[in-house]
Amino acid sequence: MSRTTDPGVTRAEYCAVACAEVFRGDAEVMASAFGTAPALGARLARLTFAPDLVLTDGDAALVDGAPPLGARPDSLVLESHMPYRRVFDVVWSGRRNLIMMASQIDRTGNQNISAIGPWDHPKAQLVGVRGAPGNTVNHPTSYWVPNHSPRSFVEQVDVVSGVGYARAAEAGPSATRFHEIRFVISNLGVFDFATPDRVMRLASVHPGVTVDEVVAATGFELVVPDEVPDTRQPTAEELELLRTVLDPRSVRDREVPA
Amino acid sequence: MADKRTTLEEFVGELADGMTIGIGGWGSRRKPMAAVRAILRSDLSDLTVVSYGGPDVGLLCAAGKVAKVVYGFVTLDSIPTDPHFKAARQSGAVEAMEVDEGMFYLGLLAAAQRVPFLPTRSGLGSDVLRVNPSLRTVRSPYDDGEELVAMPALRLDAAVVHVNRADAAGSGQVLGPDPFFDELFLGAADRRFVTTEQVVPTEQLAAGGPLQSLCVSRLLTDAVIETPGGAHFTACVPDYGRDEGFQKEYVAAAGDPDAWAAFHARFLAVDEAGYQAATREAADERAAARAAKEGA
Repeated sequence: MSRTTDPGVTRAEYCAVACAEVFRGDAEVMASAFGTAPALGARLARLTFAPDLVLTDGDAALVDGAPPLGARPDSLVLESHMPYRRVFDVVWSGRRNLIMMASQIDRTGNQNISAIGPWDHPKAQLVGVRGAPGNTVNHPTSYWVPNHSPRSFVEQVDVVSGVGYARAAEAGPSATRFHEIRFVISNLGVFDFATPDRVMRLASVHPGVTVDEVVAATGFELVVPDEVPDTRQPTAEELELLRTVLDPRSVRDREVPA
Repeated sequence: MADKRTTLEEFVGELADGMTIGIGGWGSRRKPMAAVRAILRSDLSDLTVVSYGGPDVGLLCAAGKVAKVVYGFVTLDSIPTDPHFKAARQSGAVEAMEVDEGMFYLGLLAAAQRVPFLPTRSGLGSDVLRVNPSLRTVRSPYDDGEELVAMPALRLDAAVVHVNRADAAGSGQVLGPDPFFDELFLGAADRRFVTTEQVVPTEQLAAGGPLQSLCVSRLLTDAVIETPGGAHFTACVPDYGRDEGFQKEYVAAAGDPDAWAAFHARFLAVDEAGYQAATREAADERAAARAAKEGA
């Protein structure tokens, strides 16, 4: 089956729009977004369909509006103080929607940013679990993986940092009460857990990508519906915002090449 | 008021092998690096380091000072990981207690409040409980019956933090945007050290910034050490930003034993004044190299 690709829209732009969709329906929650496509997605959402979203300056403040990538600090309009200690108050209150990155992600939505290999002698120590365990049991969490491959989409992650559906269920009601893995977005497509047993499902492919490519790049058995839609097209307004306001220097194309 | 001013030498003299030491700051930001360098020059060993980790953890691991690290992450911010910490973990040279960064906060808070643990949802379902088998859960005694993680108090033998200004009695001022968890590190510790860019008369503290910048009270301080440039090469805004050029040199040198030996000889086998002079000289060399490149 051949798919039409709008010749004008880059892969990175589809990724940014897919990340924006993470925030659809959100009212006043703190949007935290790591990586270029997520940062653009949160800003797009704030400027279009989620105008009450609260963005951060990436340091210790909440900002008004949606500043361009790399905006000078003195150009930002700050609206509140948000040092790390207060960030935890927000995390634990649930008033946050987050896109984190994942070095590994697995079939039931566990994420790993801690270590690759056995715990006592890891083949690679990564940054550490950071806030992933707490984030995932306190507020909606999604993941951004810009390098979809069998090494990043694995059957079982080595160290469960962000908690997936099966592990949350095993841990009991205190773990599932506020748990939601909303989407996984990669450079190839969008994934969710809208299956009876809460395993990863291919929700859409970015235009120009085939379902077979996604399946081949995934290291576990992905649920693939009979009809897989394309990731939606950006609107004219979204393209204008991305290209002229938020990211005129096309930083996005360095994260996901055209 | 007592004059709590002392020296880096006396700071190190109060530490002992096997101690648990908390280090303030966050990642590669406002780390008490002069105090860390003083530990590097000492013969201390077998330390447990408790830190929102940055190059403090990496340098102490590289020097073989560390038996165990308690952390939620170790990062250089603009560079995702610290090469020495990675190497120490991958060789099994250090024991790791890796926890969620919010659990870490509650561990310090519990210690500061003198309670044995604080309950949290964070950690449930994750491998934090698998890789730290000593961690326990606790059931709510109320009708909800929720089962939560009981984060144990992270009690510290000593803590050291770095602030922009302090007075001689140990009131500290953070002029940057985030006080991080420094007051909790101090509150969790038996011996509490504050290093500062500058010791100023008490009346200059409130004159130098808003009241909420005076976030370390002398209730939390046993000793004050003036260490200008004492957070270098981490950020200490507004006094100075991170020295990204030097941080890159640090990472590059870590990848090669000969380069690391040269880095060590030039920057770490010298006293604090020698370090500050050598890093200024290195900055001038990088600037000259850039100018030559642009001129070519």
